[in-house]
Formats: sequence, structure tokens, C-alpha cells
Amino acid sequence: MTDSPGKAGSMTLSRVSPREGDPPITPELVEDHGLSPSEYERVLEILGREPTYTELGVFSAMWSEHCGYKNSKRLLSLLPTVAPWVIQGPGENAGVIDIGDGLALAFKIESHNHPSAVEPYQGAATGVGGILRDVFTMGARPIAILDSLRFGDLDTGRVRYLFSGVVKGVGDYGNCVGIPNIGGETFFDRGYEGNPIVNAMCLGLMKAEDLIKGEAEGVGNPLMVVGARTGRDGIHGATFASAELSDDSQASRPQVQVGDPFTEKLLLEASLELIKSGHITGIQDMGAAGITSSASEMAGRSGNGVEIDMDLVPVREPGMTPYEILLSESQERMLVVAKSGSENEVRDILAKWELEAEEIGRVTDDGLFRVLEGDRVVAEIPSLPLTEGCPTYEREGVESEEIRELRCTDLTRFNEADADQSAAFLKLMGSPNIASKSWVYGQYDTTVRTGTAVRPGGDAGVVRLRGTRRAIAATTDCNGRYVYLNPRSGTLAAVAEAARNLVCVGALPTAVTNNLNFGNPLKPYIYYQFREAVLAMAEACKLFETPVTGGNVSFYNETNGVAIYPTPVIGMVGVIEDVDHITRHAFQNVGDTIILLGDNTDELGASEYLYVMEGLVAGEPPSVDLLRERGLQHAVLAMIQHGLLHSAHDVSEGGLACALAESALGSGENPLGVEVTLQDAVPVLPLLFGEAQGRVVISCDPRSAGEALVFAKRHGVPCRTIGKVVPSDEGFRIDGRATTLEADVEILAELYFRAIPNLMDGARPS
Amino acid sequence: MKVAIVTFPGSNCDYDLYKCVQLIGGEPEFLWHRDVDLGEVEVVMLPGGFSYGDYLRAGAIATMSPIMDAVKDFAKSGGPVVGICNGFQMLCESGLLPGALLRNRSLLFSSRDVLLRVENTSSIFTQEYESGQILRMPIAHAEGNYHADDETLDRLEGEGRVLFRYTDAEGKAVDSANPNGSARSIAGILNESGNVMGMMPHPERAVESILGSVDGLGLFTALLSHLSPLGTV
Repeated sequence: MTDSPGKAGSMTLSRVSPREGDPPITPELVEDHGLSPSEYERVLEILGREPTYTELGVFSAMWSEHCGYKNSKRLLSLLPTVAPWVIQGPGENAGVIDIGDGLALAFKIESHNHPSAVEPYQGAATGVGGILRDVFTMGARPIAILDSLRFGDLDTGRVRYLFSGVVKGVGDYGNCVGIPNIGGETFFDRGYEGNPIVNAMCLGLMKAEDLIKGEAEGVGNPLMVVGARTGRDGIHGATFASAELSDDSQASRPQVQVGDPFTEKLLLEASLELIKSGHITGIQDMGAAGITSSASEMAGRSGNGVEIDMDLVPVREPGMTPYEILLSESQERMLVVAKSGSENEVRDILAKWELEAEEIGRVTDDGLFRVLEGDRVVAEIPSLPLTEGCPTYEREGVESEEIRELRCTDLTRFNEADADQSAAFLKLMGSPNIASKSWVYGQYDTTVRTGTAVRPGGDAGVVRLRGTRRAIAATTDCNGRYVYLNPRSGTLAAVAEAARNLVCVGALPTAVTNNLNFGNPLKPYIYYQFREAVLAMAEACKLFETPVTGGNVSFYNETNGVAIYPTPVIGMVGVIEDVDHITRHAFQNVGDTIILLGDNTDELGASEYLYVMEGLVAGEPPSVDLLRERGLQHAVLAMIQHGLLHSAHDVSEGGLACALAESALGSGENPLGVEVTLQDAVPVLPLLFGEAQGRVVISCDPRSAGEALVFAKRHGVPCRTIGKVVPSDEGFRIDGRATTLEADVEILAELYFRAIPNLMDGARPS
Repeated sequence: MKVAIVTFPGSNCDYDLYKCVQLIGGEPEFLWHRDVDLGEVEVVMLPGGFSYGDYLRAGAIATMSPIMDAVKDFAKSGGPVVGICNGFQMLCESGLLPGALLRNRSLLFSSRDVLLRVENTSSIFTQEYESGQILRMPIAHAEGNYHADDETLDRLEGEGRVLFRYTDAEGKAVDSANPNGSARSIAGILNESGNVMGMMPHPERAVESILGSVDGLGLFTALLSHLSPLGTV
């Protein structure tokens, strides 16, 4: 390509010519490409002329919300991103932290909500594929997956179809590539009826020195596409993901990509081998906006230019236009910058894994993103304005009056209510939000790679680090109901719960990746939710010293104008110093003392109780005191590190009664009973089922109880012995001042473990 | 004990097997599906995973790999061959073991711990277990429903070639303990000459207490003592 136009390095933009058959650029066409009139003005300024159809497509993708973060960037800049252990913060394919022993952890979470809403199986599968690639392009070998899922209530066939399709998609992809799923969450509420949330998180392990970035370094170095061929699938997926859904969205199924986990596994091995070989200087996943984003972002990050020829891209079918090739989101592809002269070595490595590597262009020094079709220049755009010049906005944010009223709902009647707590308790234990999710993770390989020390179903998943005493813990958390009713305290609660879950397994919370799932940010009440959530996240992450190293924003989660609950999912990772500290949520021994850390309160707002028993999403969500949360976390961690605890479990949905039952039932193999006495002057319903924050149920040998209480006091954490673990045939019993809650353990187990399988038409994950 | 672990495109338990063989003091070595020569190995292991994406049928395409001729020759000459999960499927597909593995009766991928009763303690793979011993180890498969005609099943049982059966904690082969619908709750079998075995559960994932069980160790140490009876490894 020595004679290619523009090689001179000057910004000559005149040779770009429209292709025959390209539609003329009209205001309608611009609008169809999701660009506002003022954004189009900016395009004209950058180019100094009218864009070609191909260029319009490129701007449309790069300036979509999905790639350009135009409505989120300014607020996201307020998140804490720096700490001595952060090696790579936001802006790369994944964040990277130092975890000691010369090892580094790459991790990131990403959404695939829109595709999953129209094609659940492929949508979810390719979501997993994309997040795996984000991690292994950093040079890290994926060691664990988590999935954070939300659906409508399981009483409609459509929701069951979405639920089963998504779970199968997440499972099939991860199982085939051979990465264990170690946790996550699944939540059901009518607020997600039209728009399921599918967020997938991946952790990868590497030696700190093996880090590689997505940069186009070295003028003259060849750009190579490796992996699968480019087809017509997923064209404009990024733009599709940046608009609301409607009843017509089923017609968008062709915009959903199709995954091939077998090719992904080969690509994973080939990529890691390539990186180790030293024959490449940069590598980037072709995710949203395909070749366009990967090539332009690599150029943008390095300050160089790139020149690529669409005639050289291996395609699946003849007759694809540059527009289609540039915007295809065909899966399992990577863009690699090889060292000049190493092209054959790169090809050999790919060939070993039965994959193709094709040279499609070079790194240039002119700062331009130039696309050729043979001799013709079909696009020529300055890289930096393309990748960084997307206009960003701060929108008007005003709370919805309707939601404010819901929050102010008077719930005092539930304080006097003479409700049948035992019946309510049984109903809650069989609610899909509290019931065991083994129907979900029973379809996920959780033990491959022989590293999983705590499997899904506990407070957090744990993977041991071979050759060290350490282990990594990870969790995803967010209660969208809380955030809906109060974006600020709901987001504080999400960060606090994630950290609490990590300390419950014995880990020190270390860093965060976030997935911000919201409605249309152009609506003031949605932008209000977004702003409040990001500000609260910044505050909590600063206090917990868990910097945000990256993440994903998913706006426009709306169907026919109805938005999902704002759902800022927190993916948090922590380090366990010694595998001997690993602690689980299940009670271990009959006779062990049960201790409650934290205070019971009369807060019943936003609870699962109200949803299940009254059909209500209302009231003030439980308040969060970050300083007390931090004290609690330090106390639990200190107790665990001193070997005092036999179990630790965070109190969340369903309140204290359900938390005790979850610890009693464990995995179901050795269920135990409990005898607990509560003396609190708190009304019965909030006492049993209120979701007051900052509480952890721990158990220990009776001889260690005194010492545990001393640790709690030292950290200023309210604590008391509330009872003991008894054999299962002695039942589950909580005595309050005015009431007694009693249940048969076998019945609890049946409700808890069979609820979801029974709802899924008796489909058994045997 | 020199152990060849064959990696096919899509294998994903090869690394776990490698670490497991190392753990018991064996010498693991990866072979690639395109290799044609096994070299000086004493045991061949076919790992779990999704060889060739499980396209066509699980394990079917792997049987066409160049290395499988060498594996067949090795088996015919009496060399010990172990197939786990996808490896078991390959052994059935290639005719080294009888029967076939159908889709789980739930039609879902199934990942969980199962309990196995040891049915035969005289094989070179199970001689370190006690008869009737109950083992805990994970399964993770979508096609583990062992199937064969009644005559074959009768033969397998009559000749002591059923190595493991899915049971409950009391050792009863009840239907509720059968995770995939396998005929007669069969989890692992032996060939006629006693040198080729396949099983769906993953013993290599049950070799350290931090993983939840060490019950899989016995299978690997049994091979070790079989190959070096004087403990000279």
C-alpha cells in the first residue's frame, strides 16, 4: 500500500469521494443515524465538508451513547479512579489492579440489555463473549465470570422465555470456553418486564508485566484482523443499543450478533499466545461498532493515525460495502497491531489455533482514520476528534413527582398490622428474589479451572490463586427498587452491600467496576436518577477506598416509554490474604452461637415484604450510614482473620428472618434449625422482614462469642448474641417480644429450593 | 508416571488434568490433536471440554483427529486410557467404550456435586477405593445421559465393568440422585480388557480440600501405584 493516498502525512481531505449507490446525505438520513443537528454541525466542522455515507455511519457509531458516553462522561469523571494498587483505570478494555505476589487482576462488567430483550439466547451469549475478550485483550487469562440479571415477574410466558434464554446463553458460552461462573444476582420485578438487564462481569489473571494495551504504536506497523470473518450481523448494534425499544423492536433481531464460543476459546488461546510471543504491540477487541471503534480508538489512544483497506478484510459473503464492513459487529474478532516484519509469525500462531489473520492496513503518522476500498478513499476523519470529540452533555435533572410520592407513602399502618408473620415468612422464602437461584447457576460450570473455592449461592464467589496463599472474591450488587425510590441512598446501599458481601467471605474490598443501567437520559427524571446515583457512588467508593477502574453505561432501557428501575450495578472485587480465612454463609455446627452485628430498625420501605405481600414498591428505602458500614466491615474482617467465625452472612432482601433461614438452609445438603430471641422494641414486620442496612449475621463456637463481641465493640459496631444453631428437627424459631415465628425446616427447604424450578414449568436442573 | 493429556481445539479441562497429575507426582505432558505420535507415555488422558465446539455430536469430530489413531493403537496394546466428560464421549464415539451419551433428560446443562458409589475395586483405576465407598465430585455437562441396549448393560454389569454409579448419601441408586437420566445410574465404565475407562463426573476437580472434595485423588494415585508398584516414581 505504498502508493496509497494520504501517505504524505498532511491533512489533505479532498480525495474522499462518495461511492456509487450511496444515498445522499439528507437531514432525515442524519437523524436516522442518531445524530442531532448540532452534532452534525460538529461533524461538518471536523471534516470541513459534507461526510460521505460511510463517514456518516462511522460518526453515528462512534458518537452513539454506547461508544461516545455523551450523556454520562461528565458525571463519570467525578468517580474516584486512583489508588496505589490501580495499574489501569478507566479508558482501556478493562481495569487492572495489583493483587500482590507479582500478580495483577483485570476485570470489567458490561451490559447486553438491548440485544437480550429481542433475542435472549444470543444476546446474553455474546454479552459473555464480549466481556471475556475485553479481559483477555489486556493479556489476562479469564478466571471467573459473574452475571447480574433482572427480569419481570415470572408469571408471564414472555418473561420465562427471556429468563430461560438468557440463562442458557450465559451458561453455554462460559461453559464452552471453560471459565467458571462464580456468582452474581438474579432479580425479578415488574419494573423490568419489557427490558431485562443482562450484565456480565469477567475477572482475568496475569503477571503484572504482561499488561498490553489497545494502542496503535509504531508508525508503519501492520494492522491485522484476527479470528472470525466479518459478516452482516450486528450492523449498527451500538446505535441500536442507544435507543429505546418499542413493540417494533423485534424487527431489530438482525442487529443482534451471533456468538460462537468455540471460536472464542481458540481466539483466547491464540491471543494470549500472541501477546506472550512479543510479536505484537497492541490488541483490541472488536466489540461495539466493530472495526470502526477498534481501529479509531487504537489510533486515538496512541495519537497516531491508521489506514485500513476494506477490500482486504476477510468477509463471510461477497458484496459487502465498506459501510457494512466498518459497522459489522460480527463476534470473535480482534484487531492486532503487529511488529513490522512479524506478520508471518502472527499468522502462524493464528493458524495453529485454526484461525485467520489478515493484514488490512498500517499505523500512520498523520493522525487520520483513513478507510480505503482498494484505490478509493471512502472515509478520512481525524482520529482524535472522532474518538474524543463526541459532544458531551450535562442534562437537566428533576425528580419525578410520581416517584417522590411513592417514596413518601405512609407505611405506619404496617407497624400496627396484626399480620400473620408465619404465612408471610413462608411466602417470602418462596419468592424468586429470595429463593435459591440454583436453577440458574446449576446451568453454569462453576468448577472448571479447579480454582473455585466458594461457588455461586453465597455472599460472594471466591477463586484461589494457585501458588499463593491468596484468593480473589467478587460480587455484583444493586437493588433497583431502592434506587428507584431514592437514587442516592439506593446507590449507597448498592456499594455498601457489595463491600459487605466481600468481607463476609473474608476479603478486603479493593476495587469496583460499574454497570449503569438507566432509561432515556434526555428525560429530566431519568437524568436526575443518573446524577444522584453517580454522585452517591463516588462518595461511597471514596470512603470504602474502592476506586472505579471502568465499567459500562447502558441508557435507553425503556419499552414503549416505560423505563426500568435505575440499576447501577456494582461489580466489586476483593483480596483474601489467606485461603484459611475463606468464610461461608451457611451455619456449620449445632450449638454454635448466633450473633447479630448492626441494628434492627423500623424501616420497611422498598422491601421485598411490601412487594410480595402488598404488591407495593413504595416507601423510603433503608438508610445508609457509610461510616458505620465501614466500621462493620472492618469488624467482620478482623473477626474472620482471627479465625473466630464459622459463618458470616449479609442481611438483605427479606430482612433478618430470611437471612437467618438462608444461613440455616445453606446449600440444602445439611440444613439446620435456629432458636433466636429478639428483644428489640421494633414493630414485628420491620423487625422480621425490614431490610435495614449495615447488618451481618455471624456464627461461632460459643467459646469464641465473647471475643467476637469485643472485636465488634472495638470497631463501634452494635452487636449481641441472638440465639443458637439447633438440629433441623427442632425447627426454625424466632421469639420476639410480642410474637413468635415458627417454621418447619423441611418446609422451608422445599419452598426455598423449589420455588424457581416450579415456576419454570417444573423444568428440573437435575 | 508419564501422562499424555491430549488437547483438542475446545478442550478446557486439559489444564486441570495437568495440575492434578502434577499434584500426585506424575509427569504430565500436553499433546496436540494434530500430533500423530504419543511418544514414551504410560497413560493417555482425554480431558473434558467442548472439542470442536461439540458440533455434530459431543466428541464426534474429535474421533477424526490425527492423534486418535495413536490413542486407539495405544489402547489396543493395553495402555491405560482415561476419558473424563468430553473425553468419555470421545471414547464412546470412537468405539473404545460401548454405549453413547445422550442429552441430559432435563435438557439443561447440569453443574453440581454428585455422589458416586464405587462398584468395582479391582480395576487399575479404582483399586485404591473401597467397595461401596461413596465419592463426592462435580459434574458439568449437557450430554451425560449414558445409554446402551439392555444386552450391553447386562454385560457391563455382569463383567464388573460398571465402575461408578450415581447414588444418594446412603449409597442407594435412587432416581432422584441420578443427575442426567443415565441408564442404571451408570456414571463410569470400563472396556473389556480393563485398560480403558470413561466417566462423566470430574475426579480432577476433587483433589484438594479447598475445592470441596479430595475424593477424586484415588483414581490418579491408583494409576500411579499400578504403573510403579514398588513406589519408585
